[in-house]
Amino acid sequence: MPLHIIATIKQVMDPETPVSSYKVDSESKQVVPTTQIPPVINGFDENGLEAALRIKDTMEDVKVTVLSAGSHFVMDVMKKALSMGTDEMVLVQDDALSNISDSMVTASVLASAIKKIGHFDIIISGRQASDWDNAQVPLILAEMLGVPCITVTRKVEVKDNEIICQHITDNGYQVISAQLPAVITVSNELGEPRYPNIRNIMAAARKSPTTWTLDDIGLSTEKITPKLEILDLYVPEKESQCEIIAGDDEEDAGRKLAMKLRDAKLI
Amino acid sequence: MTNKQDVLIAGEIQEGQLSQGTKELLAHGRALADTLGEELSLALLAEEVGDAPKEAIAFGADKAYVMADPLLKNMPPEAYLGGLEKILTQYPAKVVLIAKGPMGSEIAGRLAFRLDTGIAQDCINLRIDSSNKRLIAERPVYGGSCIASVTCSGDSIVAVVRGKTIEPLERDDSRKGKISEITGNLNPSIIQTKITNEVEEASEGIRLEDASIIVAGGRGLGGPEPFEGELLALAKALGAPLGASRAVVDAGWVPYSYQIGLTGKTVTPDLYITIGISGASQHMAGCSGSKVIVAINKDGEANIFKDARYGVVGDWKKVLPALTEQVKKLG
Repeated sequence: MPLHIIATIKQVMDPETPVSSYKVDSESKQVVPTTQIPPVINGFDENGLEAALRIKDTMEDVKVTVLSAGSHFVMDVMKKALSMGTDEMVLVQDDALSNISDSMVTASVLASAIKKIGHFDIIISGRQASDWDNAQVPLILAEMLGVPCITVTRKVEVKDNEIICQHITDNGYQVISAQLPAVITVSNELGEPRYPNIRNIMAAARKSPTTWTLDDIGLSTEKITPKLEILDLYVPEKESQCEIIAGDDEEDAGRKLAMKLRDAKLI
Repeated sequence: MTNKQDVLIAGEIQEGQLSQGTKELLAHGRALADTLGEELSLALLAEEVGDAPKEAIAFGADKAYVMADPLLKNMPPEAYLGGLEKILTQYPAKVVLIAKGPMGSEIAGRLAFRLDTGIAQDCINLRIDSSNKRLIAERPVYGGSCIASVTCSGDSIVAVVRGKTIEPLERDDSRKGKISEITGNLNPSIIQTKITNEVEEASEGIRLEDASIIVAGGRGLGGPEPFEGELLALAKALGAPLGASRAVVDAGWVPYSYQIGLTGKTVTPDLYITIGISGASQHMAGCSGSKVIVAINKDGEANIFKDARYGVVGDWKKVLPALTEQVKKLG
């Protein structure tokens, strides 16, 4: 049996979208882009895809399945995961999954989909998603599946049914290992995700994702009722209080800044 | 029937003492418990807890549940999680507060799942809804550009709280509280991961988290050289450590330990001097607790000027050496 890696990805609003280009819909408590800025695959999830593909590069007989859950997928965006060189894609697509920001719900949807997929050795996720930054889904998913979890890794190796990772700490890293099957999360320090090459783009064009509804994976709408309720979502108002320090020229401004900081007893 | 009304804090010990984060949680928890008219309890788990339980009472707890277990040596998250679950099964709480940090990040979601409750991540503000006595937590989302206010529809909640969002209470050794010992009997099989090596790559000198002045550089510097040149010179003149934005770390100009922001360090200096940092909300999430932010940037429209108290619009190559020289003159 091949070593089966499931890489989870999330379609998110492009985090580079400036605040001026989206608004908060107070009714649905969602962030809505006001311009036609396409969504992206969450950046850390792309690092996760890269981690999966590096394992595939270095080992014989590895299969990488991409898994995502959501209500509306922009296929041109999602296909990038296949074009990078992964083998298959499973999408859980259901209207009931719009605006889900509760980690428990996301994890239970992924867990049910993974059970339907069947055998897996490694689940790889990005360390957190750039919209809600919860960084909890992979840990809860590991808990639901009853497997170990190694978070925030920058190097991943598989050896003799064991996964060995460099887990980033505040002042360096730890080498942590676990028996497979396991869940790991990947950080941007792992390295840039690869660009799709022509061969993989062609191969991806011939692949179509398997799409399941919640019903298909044995979940009902009641089972995905969020435990967390969003009462309010707003853009905090910032009043600029910046005093711009000018001088005769830029050097003079630098000197005046030093004086100002001294007067304010900051230095 | 057990009383599921208390506020419980997942306590942590650092170098034999209550961690700073735990002291802050005690201040948050005290306010919540007083509003609820309930007791504030704290769980302390370690191989040896020492005087930390007494400290917890002095910093605001009414009760300390203490679990000393050999499996907690070096604090594997799975052991801490297992112990905490045991305590909370015996003494259920309405609100569980966990400090955001290496341990909190590992255990909070898993604990919430085991307790079948919701989890509010990265909270910066906590209060009790007077109408239904539920916790309302405010937290930054979308890289800090929006604030969400959340609550849990069930009867309990796990909240992970960002550091430095409150000052610890004044230590009061005359406070009285109850300390109970809980038997751990933690089974070694709950530990599923193994740490085989630990490597330090820390930057030298003052830790960014402890610094009163920080000099931070961004993509606008154009390359790694200023971190060993002009930027370093200013930092040295001020006795400040150097920090960086994620873009700079991603580009490999400086190591990860320099990174300040949502996925890096959270800092709260008195003075935060930024050079060539645009002020993306992801970065600001890590430094918005600074007392005074200074921006040096050639783009006067950059976001950083919205957060800065003082700004210079100009070329850092010209501004910085003059600033450094004047700082040295002022002594």
